[in-house]
Amino acid sequence: MTGRWRDLGWAGLGLAVLLLVAVVGARPAIRDFIMFAMAYGLLAMSLNLLIGYTGLVSFGHAMFFASGAYAFGLAMQSGHFSVPAAFVFAIALTAVLALIVGAICVRLNEIYFAFLTLAFQMLLYNLILGWVSFTGGDQGLMGGIPRPKFLGIDLTDRLQLYVFCSIAFVVCMVVMRQIVTSPFGYTLRLIRDNQDRAAFLGVDVVRVKLVCFVISACIAAVGGILLALFVSGAYPNFAFWTTSGESIFMIMLGGSRVFLGPLVGTIILRVLNDVTVVYTSHTELVLGIVILIFVLGLRKGVLDLIADRIETREQQKAFSQRDAADAGKAS
Amino acid sequence: MTAPDALLKIEGLSKSFGGVAAMRDVSLAFPARSLSAVIGPNGAGKTTFFNLISGRFKADAGRVLLDGTDIAGASRQEIVRRGIGRAFQVASLFPTLTVAQALAASGHARQRSETRKLSQFPSPSATDAAREVMAQLNLTRVADVLSRNLSHGDQKLLDIGLALMLQPRVLLLDEPTAGMGPEERWQMIETVQLLWRERDLTLIFIEHDMDIVFKVAQTVRVLSYGAVLAEGTPDEIRRNPAVIEAYLGKSAQGAVA
Repeated sequence: MTGRWRDLGWAGLGLAVLLLVAVVGARPAIRDFIMFAMAYGLLAMSLNLLIGYTGLVSFGHAMFFASGAYAFGLAMQSGHFSVPAAFVFAIALTAVLALIVGAICVRLNEIYFAFLTLAFQMLLYNLILGWVSFTGGDQGLMGGIPRPKFLGIDLTDRLQLYVFCSIAFVVCMVVMRQIVTSPFGYTLRLIRDNQDRAAFLGVDVVRVKLVCFVISACIAAVGGILLALFVSGAYPNFAFWTTSGESIFMIMLGGSRVFLGPLVGTIILRVLNDVTVVYTSHTELVLGIVILIFVLGLRKGVLDLIADRIETREQQKAFSQRDAADAGKAS
Repeated sequence: MTAPDALLKIEGLSKSFGGVAAMRDVSLAFPARSLSAVIGPNGAGKTTFFNLISGRFKADAGRVLLDGTDIAGASRQEIVRRGIGRAFQVASLFPTLTVAQALAASGHARQRSETRKLSQFPSPSATDAAREVMAQLNLTRVADVLSRNLSHGDQKLLDIGLALMLQPRVLLLDEPTAGMGPEERWQMIETVQLLWRERDLTLIFIEHDMDIVFKVAQTVRVLSYGAVLAEGTPDEIRRNPAVIEAYLGKSAQGAVA
């Protein structure tokens, strides 16, 4: 109970900080940076529900990011949807897509799962590229995404858009936090650690994996919607494998074992990206070197390093408790 | 032997792997609240027997009746729900979870209520059940130790604890004393007896140590080459010439008699 209230408190604080940035009138560049970080942060955070908590390494997670962005953009362009309706529609459509893709993929293990998700992503990517009349092909959704007012909110205004995205982002974070601290979240950990044993404890492994896959896809879709709103369009590279790869990098940089790890990784990657772009056109080279340092040097993400320290200390305390109890019994 | 009130009744169970018969027409009955040992030489099919009951393998033929319901061919989840729990020869744990977390998570695992699945972990009822199990198994002292950091003996105990969290009626223990020293073995077997008594379990265990088997078990089933060689009380088994020859070896005749 207390844990839940504490998490909500942190969420409230996070939202307050995000809104404060808007109120104090920070430079638009900072606001833009935060908007990008929130959209990609949701992609990385949702992917970590699969990788970090369930042990399902998906290489195709960006397909749901793209499906959210395209479904939202196309719905808005059709003129039949209000913003909230298109929002819900894009999530629902992604859920259906994830249900179909997941039902086929989650039965497979490790490398087979990874490659099949990658294959589905490339299928979607090529569909977007090929179906020019509907998706605009490699030009992306052209003509911008109309954003009619709803409930007095005008998303064509950058500030209001920023506030809207911040709230959507924090709500998604709270939902994910709720999941990982619930019995369902611990069932995911059972599957990650030892799925065979989990089955002998009565866990329906395939079903739980599928539910997690769909939830995670829905949150990636929200990330895609935020990005579509922000750039007022949707582009095929949202569904390209490099977008999935980037979100895996974010998890590697920030850490997969701590809840906020992927978000920290997102911020690191975006900062690196934005800083290096100023000085050099070889951004990828710099990013590659940084990632190599993390993978070969640290072997884990930033927050995981800290978590390991804490864990080691707590384990030592637990050992001394055990030894004291055993000594008391023996004497 | 086949009492009508047997809680677990095996009828004509057979299984082969690629032409090799691992289980041949095995029929056994385990009365409610009995404590039975399954023995047999290596490769006799003891673990296969457990695997068939607990749903890892599907039997080629035969029935597994739990309280009159055939569970042969049911999924592992279904079998757990009906009340059969098992522990493994090599402790099968969740390395990154602490003892308390793993037990509570196990208590939640078969929960079907969707709303409770999103409450805060661990629920008060799961915490209480985990505490009780830890107290019974002397694991309270390692409640916060990660499963991967446990000593071998504590790992075996946790493995049993995970199964106990399912509130099973039938508990299958595959060599609870495997890999333990003499003193540790007797401690473990005392714990097993305690569980059996306090939890009203129908307990079946596989064991290699004949001293333990003859001293603890109410009844003993001997498997050999996938078939039932003998069954009876420890005294009957001890005197059974077929068992002595096939399992204990002729030279052991003097030793056990």
